[in-house]
Amino acid sequence: MAQQSSNQTTGHVWDDDLKEYTNPLPRWWLWGFYLTIIFSVVYWLMYPAWPLGSSYTKGVPGVNSVKYVATTKDGQQVEKTTHWSTRAQLMADTNAAEGKQKEWFDKVAATSYDDIAKNPDLMQFVNAAGKTLFSDNCAACHQVGGAGHEAGNPQTNQSGFFAPNLADDYWQWGGTYEEISTTITGGRTGFMPAKGLAGSLTDEQITNVANYVLSLSGEPHNADAAKLGDEIFHNPGEGGCITCHGADGKGVPSMGGLNLTDKIWQWVDVSGQADEAGKVGVLHTAITGGFNHVEAMPKWGTRLKPEQIKLLTVYVHDTLGGGQ
Amino acid sequence: MKHDKIERNIGLMLVLILLAISIGGLVEIVPLFFIKDTVEVVKTADGKEMVRPYTPLEQRGRDIYIREGCYLCHSQMVRPFRDEALRYGHYSLAAESKYDHPFQWGSKRTGPDLARVGGKYSNDWHVKHLKDPRKVVEGSVMPNYPWLMDPLDTSDIAARMKALRTVGVPYSSGEEEYQRNVQTFGEEVAKTLRIEDAEANLKEQAQTGNYDGNKADVTEMDAMVAYLQVLGTMVDFKQFDDDYFATFR
Repeated sequence: MAQQSSNQTTGHVWDDDLKEYTNPLPRWWLWGFYLTIIFSVVYWLMYPAWPLGSSYTKGVPGVNSVKYVATTKDGQQVEKTTHWSTRAQLMADTNAAEGKQKEWFDKVAATSYDDIAKNPDLMQFVNAAGKTLFSDNCAACHQVGGAGHEAGNPQTNQSGFFAPNLADDYWQWGGTYEEISTTITGGRTGFMPAKGLAGSLTDEQITNVANYVLSLSGEPHNADAAKLGDEIFHNPGEGGCITCHGADGKGVPSMGGLNLTDKIWQWVDVSGQADEAGKVGVLHTAITGGFNHVEAMPKWGTRLKPEQIKLLTVYVHDTLGGGQ
Repeated sequence: MKHDKIERNIGLMLVLILLAISIGGLVEIVPLFFIKDTVEVVKTADGKEMVRPYTPLEQRGRDIYIREGCYLCHSQMVRPFRDEALRYGHYSLAAESKYDHPFQWGSKRTGPDLARVGGKYSNDWHVKHLKDPRKVVEGSVMPNYPWLMDPLDTSDIAARMKALRTVGVPYSSGEEEYQRNVQTFGEEVAKTLRIEDAEANLKEQAQTGNYDGNKADVTEMDAMVAYLQVLGTMVDFKQFDDDYFATFR
């Protein structure tokens, strides 16, 4: 205390004995402060900093430039050098990172689907890169493993969300590489008109068609009604069901018509009904109402690059499995 | 001036503090109003602006987005970094939020960034997700918003657009402003910006867009999903060189 009291004070005295020293700042602190000022001057010179009317200083050319390769909208590669900016830096970062992946993406782009599947090295890349792409873009609906969501019974459970299972071997829109690629690129919107293709089926006709549909997969049904339903199903002027579900009821993949013969009931809860009347009932409701607000798969052609879509196609077809 | 004088005069100190602090803001913000590269030029080949004000329905959706506090967990700005580009897409442009009052950039991401969520999921996904997120995304911590299925109050949409027009959003009032919008955005867009037709346009978009899965009614869900589906979709980046927007910085 003796040492401190020898220092100068500001001269003020508060509350009888409260004084304030005027000690100088510690030297190390002061030098630190001067250094930050010097740093800021260097920073002003190196990086875009000072406004100049309608423009701004852009750093020292050559000292802090960014080099990158740009791709023009016509697909030309152009080498460029510019002043530092986060956006130019991102171009350079992307060039560097994509350079490493490019070799593999080029191989994927240049190889046929079948040969990719046979090549273990390429498949390793597809599995790794596909998992990331799938998680970022597809998993919100189809889940990480591709299991999707069951609709349950859309008639009674309006909050049930449907997304097809991609890990099984049933493909509503076709399971070949080409069909999967088309689905990813352009998206899909399912739709079933109410009361048949022409929308003109009567209640009785609908009951007959429901019985025929049940007969296709060996569910309990009324054989006489099914026979009448058979005709309506196949007559383009009446039911017109064959347009999408096919003459054999196995579905037309290009139309997204479901297979009615495989006992997989994705939209109508037939298997959940105990008796024939119940099964006819839910089908009757479905055919009467049609499906016009079914989940649409978005189109990814505008969001993803062609080689990414190709890689995802192989990922869905082979890694998740069940491709045709 | 003696420090003594400032410390003993609180009114003077207040004024001087305000002056000192505002220098920082003035130096950083004001020049951006004059630098021509601040807001990028985003035009189609035939010279129409790609970024347009929200349609009446989208604008109502935006208001609901703000009402529900979505910004507390979701940002709307993809920053120019590679990890963000990989997950969300192209970085956000200043031009893309030029009609946002207030903007929704944010920095709090409990949920994902939504600047480019438009078109990524189906309408139906959004409806089910907003009602009960865990129905579609296991483990999500987002709250349920089932009341969005309530009918939308469409009566005050014109007043809302007038308010935005006051702060510079080019919603048109009268023929002259409409013609100016036709020049800037093209006829199709200009029609949606007419304050006179606001309510009719809103209802028409809700019905034809069928965002909530029911054409008969206009719900808050219609507005919300219409808004989410337009986010980040106005600029077609394929029409530009991939470094075009870097040249503005």
